Amino acid sequence: MIRTKQWLLACTLGAAALGAQAQVSQVKVWAAACANCHGTDGRAQPGMEALAGKDKDDLLQKLLDFKSGRKPATIMHQLSKGYTDEQLTQIAAYFAGQKK
Amino acid sequence: MKRRQFVQTLGAGSAVAGLGLLGGCATGGGSGAKVVVIGGGYGGATAAKYVRMFSDYSIDVTLVEPNAAFVSCPISNLVLQGSKTITDITTPYDNLSKRHGVKVVRDMAASIDPEKRIVKLAGGAELPYDRLILSPGIDFMWDTLPGMAKEGAKDKVLHAWKAGPQTVALRKQLEAMPDGGVYALSIPLAPYRCPPGPYERACMVANYFKKAKPKSKVVIFDANDDITSKKGLFTKAWNEHYKDIIEYRPKHKVVDVDAATNTLKFEFNDDFKASVANVLPTMRAGDIAVKTGLATANARWCEVDFLTFEAKAAKNIHVLGDSIQIAPAMPKSGHMANQHGKTCAAAVVSLLQGKEPPQLPIYANTCYSFVTEEDVVHVSSVHRYDAEKKTMLPVQGAGGLSSAASELEGRYALAWARNIWADSLA
Repeated sequence: MIRTKQWLLACTLGAAALGAQAQVSQVKVWAAACANCHGTDGRAQPGMEALAGKDKDDLLQKLLDFKSGRKPATIMHQLSKGYTDEQLTQIAAYFAGQKK
Repeated sequence: MKRRQFVQTLGAGSAVAGLGLLGGCATGGGSGAKVVVIGGGYGGATAAKYVRMFSDYSIDVTLVEPNAAFVSCPISNLVLQGSKTITDITTPYDNLSKRHGVKVVRDMAASIDPEKRIVKLAGGAELPYDRLILSPGIDFMWDTLPGMAKEGAKDKVLHAWKAGPQTVALRKQLEAMPDGGVYALSIPLAPYRCPPGPYERACMVANYFKKAKPKSKVVIFDANDDITSKKGLFTKAWNEHYKDIIEYRPKHKVVDVDAATNTLKFEFNDDFKASVANVLPTMRAGDIAVKTGLATANARWCEVDFLTFEAKAAKNIHVLGDSIQIAPAMPKSGHMANQHGKTCAAAVVSLLQGKEPPQLPIYANTCYSFVTEEDVVHVSSVHRYDAEKKTMLPVQGAGGLSSAASELEGRYALAWARNIWADSLA
């Protein structure tokens, strides 16, 4: 019984805490797809460019330059073409908003 | 109440959860809901971490994994080549617990009761769940190679296609082989785990032979009609670096193995006796997925809903990684499994919160292959959800191959490994 009470208490608290919980946004999951190479939330391990906390406009310009072929790359010119400019804008803004 | 205390309270209530109270609680919006993840590879470890992150650490996650640490298949061919050790490709599970509050249980899942929503572990414990994420990787269809059932056969003719003790054992076999010997590598019909992996392995073994035992040969027996991945780049590497070492024989399907004599037997061709035989058997979804009745495609792979990775055969059970029936042009790779893990985690969190999962998954695959100890080639692709066809489709015009092998990509390949290991496990 004691366990049950603890459990119900936990549920109540949990539900209360939930009010503040945001929905998992689409851009968050798109950005997560970059983390394989650029680190969770853009905080990269050595040898790869970190994206967290970078200037939004700079990030977007780089992505657009990769996409148009203006900026040479080994792989980013291929991956950036998979996204619309609007999607790249959202992704750049997401990483700009992350803590370094 | 602090988060950690909250989780502990939740743990104390788990006996009650099994009685069905948890479901009612979870509909409150996700907090306190229980997610069990089976399999701590690229798919499962990532899903476990991201369910915690995406739920702001409010959903309880237990990861069931029999191995003490994660050993990476990508980069494992460099252990065969000799420039990396097994320690270099091993990552502990500690940070999933310490940094993300994932409960890591070192055990095997013995069975799943989809009705009662309980996982039974080999060690006897039972884990109730609201949603189960299954990422058991691949298992081998040993019945396609009758000779491998003989005692000791599987310890002698290795696959080393699950990185770990077999990787180390195969390296030892290569070291023990006298110069002038023949290493035979057999490739099963696609789909199999890591399409370019066998061709990279041939390069790495040949690279070792070139330096250490130059009279030795590598013979590739491919059940497929042709090289299944990065054909031009591998052919170029073989011609440039390993012309007198590597021999490629397509349309050679191994149908049996005599492990005692390292002899491969084929459907249509003469037997071949090797000094070291490395056989990649035909693959299918991991045992637990098959046993639970989730392998609805040819009894081999698990069909899933690509918005959520929920299995077509069972509610509340999500399958990801190498076990799934892939979408068009989607490889079975560690990178892809990590991407599945995040899409699945976002959907699981949304569903447990009573919300609609994100409706437009887009993710990429990047796959690096070493052709020498420094030079690397890649293939990449971007995959986007098609709402009409209800599957992931490659985005036309995106993705591609390396123009040529390079040292720069070699550095990126190792940086990729460091980053994906951290993203999945730290």
